[in-house]
Amino acid sequence: MEMFIQMLVAGILIGGIYALIGLGMTLIMGVMRIINLAHGQLMMVAMYITYVLYFYLGIDPYFALLVAMPALFLLGVAIQKYFLNPLLKIDSIIPQNQILMTVGVGIVLTETIRFIFRSDYKSVKTSYSSATFMIGNISWNVPMFVAFGLAVALTAGLFIFLLKTDAGKSVRATAQNKDAAMIMGINADWITQLTYGLGAAMAAAGGTLLLPIYYLFPDVGSQFTLKAFIITVLGGMGSTVGAIVGGIVLGIAETLGATYISMDLKDAFGMVIFVVVLVFMPGGLKELTKV
Amino acid sequence: MAKYSKFAAVGLLLAFPLLVSSDYYRHIMILALMWVVIGSSWNLLAGYTGQISFGHAIFFGVGAYSAGLCTTKLGISAWWGMLIGGPMAMLFGFVLGAICFRLRGTYFNLATLALAEILRLVAKSWVSLTEGMMGILTIQTFRSKVPYYYLAFGIAALCVFAIWAIIRSKWGYYFVAIREDQDAAEHLGISAFRYKSISLLVSSFFTGVAGAFYMNYMGFIDPDVVFSLYYISIMAILVAIIGGAGMIWGPPVGAFIMVLLQELFRSAFFGYLPKWISEAHAMAFGILVIVVIRFMANGVVGDWVKLSGLFTRQKAPIPSVTSGN
Repeated sequence: MEMFIQMLVAGILIGGIYALIGLGMTLIMGVMRIINLAHGQLMMVAMYITYVLYFYLGIDPYFALLVAMPALFLLGVAIQKYFLNPLLKIDSIIPQNQILMTVGVGIVLTETIRFIFRSDYKSVKTSYSSATFMIGNISWNVPMFVAFGLAVALTAGLFIFLLKTDAGKSVRATAQNKDAAMIMGINADWITQLTYGLGAAMAAAGGTLLLPIYYLFPDVGSQFTLKAFIITVLGGMGSTVGAIVGGIVLGIAETLGATYISMDLKDAFGMVIFVVVLVFMPGGLKELTKV
Repeated sequence: MAKYSKFAAVGLLLAFPLLVSSDYYRHIMILALMWVVIGSSWNLLAGYTGQISFGHAIFFGVGAYSAGLCTTKLGISAWWGMLIGGPMAMLFGFVLGAICFRLRGTYFNLATLALAEILRLVAKSWVSLTEGMMGILTIQTFRSKVPYYYLAFGIAALCVFAIWAIIRSKWGYYFVAIREDQDAAEHLGISAFRYKSISLLVSSFFTGVAGAFYMNYMGFIDPDVVFSLYYISIMAILVAIIGGAGMIWGPPVGAFIMVLLQELFRSAFFGYLPKWISEAHAMAFGILVIVVIRFMANGVVGDWVKLSGLFTRQKAPIPSVTSGN
């Protein structure tokens, strides 16, 4: 039982970070109706930025958030502006070419990083990387706990942005009905860029928070792309609340599955949940919560 | 003119092994012919029926593993896989269709992608059946490339011809109707599920045969190669798009372009350019994806007028509405 609770806690903590990553993808999904298959790769770029800041300048990964997030925001805006938006004007037989474009962007990002840093595994070992504290019989990993807290704070920040600010309202309006939003004078081009930038920045935050407890190599992105889209579908596409629940469900499912069933299939559990959800509950958790 | 150029191309392909004796070039051509099969199969499902699959690696991998398992588990020749691989892939196609065809658009793309990833992970961890990451190693039957070349040519010709025949039949019109507007097609009495399944079964069959051929030809497979998202599923999409999706001659043209381009970068332009280019061949693949999607969304065959206009300075005429042929 104790083991079970311990695993549950670990699952929830990692789930908080997953939720952060999934949230970015959900935003993009909600506004552009495309799945961003470069999401994990954007996160990977942020992780390398953090790594460089830590390794060469000695900046703590948590402070590196202040650099990595704006940097990825700009990268995201540029990708949307120069690669994705022009596709809207092209008439082709394959309607999903924006998704394919994100695949291409993802490959280029991975390979650029591989070119610069090689394929070696890297990690950021801070003084607190393996620190833990105990509550009762359950041990809590300090960096995971901090990461979870920051993830919650960032998520709250995003919600305030979406609910209270003018730009946030424009984002939600565009997600609900793009044409109507444009008639109301919302610059849809800019909103898509803003959304993609925000999504990339959220992914960057997830990557940076993950770095002290994870390892880093150029291909690390693809597995997180898959996780992010599992979360997006699990939560119901475009549902931000759903993404948070989805992230935590995925975190728990992975940890419990890895403990009780098989370590090797850890990544497959998410996929199986994903397919089950798609088949039996295509609207995702959104169907249950109606949010 | 265009009619004769097709015959000329086929004739040239038939004579190729007689004209070129280098095993290296023959190898590239064999791979290209294999990709003709996969690209055309993908095109039947996506270009004609409108179901964009991001998981064709499933069928390729299942075909390849059927052939490989014939040797390792049943103790018979891997050539039996050429017979078993197609039907096995169809079986998986049937299951995939049952799961995914209730979904549309982006959901469908993602479901196929997820199923392919599940299969890759299972193949990787089910060591007692598939040998996991060790892969399956067999000994090639022929030392010469020529038998493989003609076999690949035969499969490719059969595949293109079969798809051509299907597209000209009633089925083909049903497929295009579903692509253009699924709801309208259903209202006209076309069972979308049935015809999407037929399209998928044909598509998976040929992809499975191509997989079995790959096993026999290369003599080695492992889950990360044959179930690869990038180098099988995405490559299949690229082959069709660079050539021209929704056109019979699109994927065959695209297959030769893609395989040649990839090989050019892998070999650093056959050694004429500095070696670091070959290290960046994966990046070249990514850049190719971007350039193709951005500038040639309808492919070489589809945008042929536009492309030739670049050289002759003629303006492309306004494209007419076609039925997808």
